[in-house]
Amino acid sequence: MRVVLAEDLHLLREGLVLLLRAHGFEVVAAVESGPDLLAALIEHRPDVAVVDVRLPPTFTDEGLQAALTARRQIPGLPVLVLSQHVEQLYARELLADGTGGIGYLLKDRVFNAEQFIDAVRRVAGGGTAMDPEVIAKLLASNSRNEPVVRLTPREREVLELMAEGRSNAAIGQRLFLSESAVGKHTANIFAKLDLVPSDDDNRRVLAVLAYLNDK
Amino acid sequence: MYLSPPPLYASVHCPHEPGSPKLEAMKHIKALGYGVALSAVVLVQIPAALVAIAGVLLSFILGMVFLFPPSIRLIRAVARLDRQLIHRWIGIKIGEPYNPKPPPPVRQRDGWYRDGRTLYRKPTIPAFNARLNWFLRDPATYRELVWLLIDPWTRAVLVAGPTLLIGYGFYQVWLGNLWALAFPVAAVVVAPLALRIYGFYATGMLGPTANTQLIGQVRHLNQVRVEAVDSQAAELRRIERDLHDGAQARMVAVGMTIGAAEQLITSDPAAAKALLAKAREASATALAELRQLVRGIHPPVLAERGLGDAIRALALDSPLKVEVEVDLDERPESPVESAVYFSVAELLANASRHASNVAIDISRRDRALRVTVVDDGPGGARSNPGGGLAGIERRLATFDGVLALTSPPGGPTVATLELPFALSTETPEPKHTGWRGMLMALCWSVCWIPLIPQGIVAGFFLIFGAPTKSWFLALYMPEPLQWPTVFGMIALGATMLAGGIVLSGSVNPDKAVSC
Repeated sequence: MRVVLAEDLHLLREGLVLLLRAHGFEVVAAVESGPDLLAALIEHRPDVAVVDVRLPPTFTDEGLQAALTARRQIPGLPVLVLSQHVEQLYARELLADGTGGIGYLLKDRVFNAEQFIDAVRRVAGGGTAMDPEVIAKLLASNSRNEPVVRLTPREREVLELMAEGRSNAAIGQRLFLSESAVGKHTANIFAKLDLVPSDDDNRRVLAVLAYLNDK
Repeated sequence: MYLSPPPLYASVHCPHEPGSPKLEAMKHIKALGYGVALSAVVLVQIPAALVAIAGVLLSFILGMVFLFPPSIRLIRAVARLDRQLIHRWIGIKIGEPYNPKPPPPVRQRDGWYRDGRTLYRKPTIPAFNARLNWFLRDPATYRELVWLLIDPWTRAVLVAGPTLLIGYGFYQVWLGNLWALAFPVAAVVVAPLALRIYGFYATGMLGPTANTQLIGQVRHLNQVRVEAVDSQAAELRRIERDLHDGAQARMVAVGMTIGAAEQLITSDPAAAKALLAKAREASATALAELRQLVRGIHPPVLAERGLGDAIRALALDSPLKVEVEVDLDERPESPVESAVYFSVAELLANASRHASNVAIDISRRDRALRVTVVDDGPGGARSNPGGGLAGIERRLATFDGVLALTSPPGGPTVATLELPFALSTETPEPKHTGWRGMLMALCWSVCWIPLIPQGIVAGFFLIFGAPTKSWFLALYMPEPLQWPTVFGMIALGATMLAGGIVLSGSVNPDKAVSC
């Protein structure tokens, strides 16, 4: 799998390159600034891009802007955005086109190599990988949303993991439930939130995120 | 008073609002009426002036200092009455120019009161001395004395003048000079203008001068600086404590855990692995704490996207339904952005306790940045000392900003933040150069000639029928025009004085606000 990587901190960039290579990815470009990133994305059209939000030269949201621009030119280009902080605002902008292939994680998540690689693969496959903190914020801002409040604690747990972008199997593994039990919970959640159920994992996740984003 | 920060809604009287002819005529008649009423104040002013001037003279010449404070108080009372009437009838607001009142004498620990090198058993004398100094050292005291001497004259001309001119015109007509009908017509036409000129003249005499305004501003800035430095120091202390107790302590633990794992790695690899996992967890917690801390110092979205998106991000994180409207074409300075951001965050936090819908509007008004936060809560919000709203006021005060809160019982609560100079201006302010400066200098330097010798003194010559004519223009005039010339001269002098005041622009900062 071909990866374009953008990260301005030398140590972290090298670390990520090593990590990705060790898991069988081919890093076709490792750049350190916004303009370079955009050029690399257009040139290489990678299977997935791993992008830091804050990049030179302005050290604002250079990386995010480059990723969004690239996705406008290459629709559905999978992008995993890394940041020191997560904002619902950015998550919303990333999810706005509704095509999936989006990841948005705190940099801390790199600590757990397995989960991080799993997230990269999920995004490359057109799925989503939202940071638990984004989901927590989403749910907090929905704390007065009647249908969300009516969920049982278990359903809430399932909703959180589902919104992060995990499949039923992964959720079952996490919560020590059978896949069919998870399926029942998701059906209940969809009924309570008045959403149209879908068998496609990705579309299901996007529907939930869109619902929570709509508050 | 002038010490307070500039008012949020500058009260500006727009003199030339378009109106129907009927309203226009009404304005002229009203101006005549107000003129007569204002000139009636002379009945209070002249006796007060005589008493006060006698008191001042007695205290200076005979040393009867106890007469000085009451005399000055009397003058100030008359001046205050005049300011109020001018505000009500002419629509020009005149601020008080006085220095702040001295604080009451403080009782020392031994029970005595100190004044300079002398100790007193009772506070009466130190208090009297302080008051005396307050009056003596205030330039406004002397300005008002001068005002009391010349004001009856200018008032008679500019304020009562039009009415007197009508009477004089009809008197001349009765004598058979029909051309004098022009006098009443002219009087009615110029009445509002004369009243306004009088207003500007009074602003110059009774209002704060550029000097007193600067003194007030310096005092205000000093206070703001002290507060800003204090709150910054407190903030730094808080950050230090948070780092010391939080991330720093955790990093020590991480280091120790890694050290322990290092020692165990050959003898007990399983335990070492567990320790390393623990170290990773601790470092993640430290990172989370640092993130929280950074958010409190300067939120990352604010740095990356500016005020508008930072407030939008804040709105998204809030459990309330928040509408955000941003209309800014530039980014304010970073400290201003930060102050506004935290103020809005505080207001949102307050609203989340009572309301369910909030509308935030950020816009510019000239150079001012204005943020309005409206919630649908039950209202009744108040600013308590030490509370969140007082914190916002303090935060904004550093930038001359103010918070206006209206929260009637039953709601809605509207909080408006306004920072007057937060944004840059496209049009540079006019400077006193070229013809404006020349005209101003001319007005200031020669206004006394028509006002005093050609006006007031010539009037005395006319009253007492002095034999010489000297250089008084009025005395060379044909008889029916002599008094109008005197009045005209006084009016000209006062107009020039007012012109100088208006051109210098320093006494009336509200003029800068467009009508």
